[in-house]
Amino acid sequence: MIWQIILFLLLTFVSIAGIAFPIVENPQAWYEFPNIPGLEQNAKIIFFHVPTAWITVIAFLMASVYSFKYLKNKNLDDDAKAYSAAQIGMVFCILATITGAVWAKFAWGSFWSWDPRQTSIFALLLIYGALFALRSSIESEEKRATLSAVYSLIAFITVPFFIFIMPRIMKGLHPGSADDNSAGPVVNFQMNSAMLLIFFLSLIGFTILYVWMWRLSYKSQIIKDKLNKQLIRG
Amino acid sequence: MIAKAYALFKKDLHSELRTRYAINSLAMFIIVAISIIMFAVGQERVSEALTGGLFWVVIFFTAMSGLSRAFVSEEERGTSLTLQLVAAPSTVFTGKLVFNIILVFTMNTVITLLYAALFESFVIKNFNLFLLSFVFGNIGLAVSSTIIAAIIAKAGAKGTLYPVLSFPILLPLIISSVQLTLSALDGTSIADSKYELAIVISYDVIMLTASYLLFDFIWKD
Repeated sequence: MIWQIILFLLLTFVSIAGIAFPIVENPQAWYEFPNIPGLEQNAKIIFFHVPTAWITVIAFLMASVYSFKYLKNKNLDDDAKAYSAAQIGMVFCILATITGAVWAKFAWGSFWSWDPRQTSIFALLLIYGALFALRSSIESEEKRATLSAVYSLIAFITVPFFIFIMPRIMKGLHPGSADDNSAGPVVNFQMNSAMLLIFFLSLIGFTILYVWMWRLSYKSQIIKDKLNKQLIRG
Repeated sequence: MIAKAYALFKKDLHSELRTRYAINSLAMFIIVAISIIMFAVGQERVSEALTGGLFWVVIFFTAMSGLSRAFVSEEERGTSLTLQLVAAPSTVFTGKLVFNIILVFTMNTVITLLYAALFESFVIKNFNLFLLSFVFGNIGLAVSSTIIAAIIAKAGAKGTLYPVLSFPILLPLIISSVQLTLSALDGTSIADSKYELAIVISYDVIMLTASYLLFDFIWKD
């Protein structure tokens, strides 16, 4: 219960602060954000868009870790954990894509322009989609768990290409691209302490939210599997 | 192990030469795909940038139409259990991989020749760069499609699932290879496209390692 209250307070504070704190030329008070040339008011997306993209990657990492564990121990609970991580990762992936596209409409002028970052989030969406397509095509539980674990591990090793290599060598519009010299890589963004504080609070809040959702999801998945087995036996 | 892998490769080659299933279907697929592109283009002159992209469209879909045979045919004929008895998983994978690499090289050479003959703007100005990207791109394509073919075969040979599963895995390779083909058509020097080449080569190494590590889990029931 205590975690849920902390999470509620954290996300409420982040939402209010992220939207309402003013952007000024020379920040004096602790709650004032600096003006970043070229981004202005659009810079506030960072409090909501970056955490969703972060969760997308974390979820994929967790799905791969539990896939690896499944291949090692052949314990179907691990498969349920990997599957739940991927399911919630897909939700956050869609959120990151949509918030990014809406932001791009105002910052770059079009919803979609095949920027390297947009390509990489699109590839992640495809990987998640392919994983669910593969899972739904196999009947046998063990076979489904093994094959989807292998597939998510193969897909996982292509992720560094999309997230870390492509955007840095290809020219793009996203903050942190190869030819972007106004702002460095995403985290070194010209943020002051107020912005950094809200940003990291938002990251922490979203991560707690994700872990909570994931635990609920995999526990219900495991219980569902057990009930199904009881029904078959009974 | 190498002798066994070679024996497996020879077995695949013989059964392929006897039925000519993959070769025929690949050849027909290439002709069909290219003629659709020719009809769609009509009398327009296609720009260099577009031919480079269209080249990889044909390569991707041709690979998706024929490369799953390597494992799907074993499941269809019910011979995969025997194979599991006589050879270690890595041996089986090596045999199938060599077969697919040769298939991919043949298929892409034919596609390149056809493109050079049929498209005016498909003129390779930097042949060394094209050759490098061709060799490493083909190896990457063969490795990824072989391991996905193994997954598909165990999932009950769902034909439509093959491109769906392969595309996200092949995407880094395809993006960099399209870039490299464009550079080769433009006549860019090798030094200018060293990052794309590095991506393709590291992709090959990573996929090859991961495939050998993970194939055991797919192959053993």
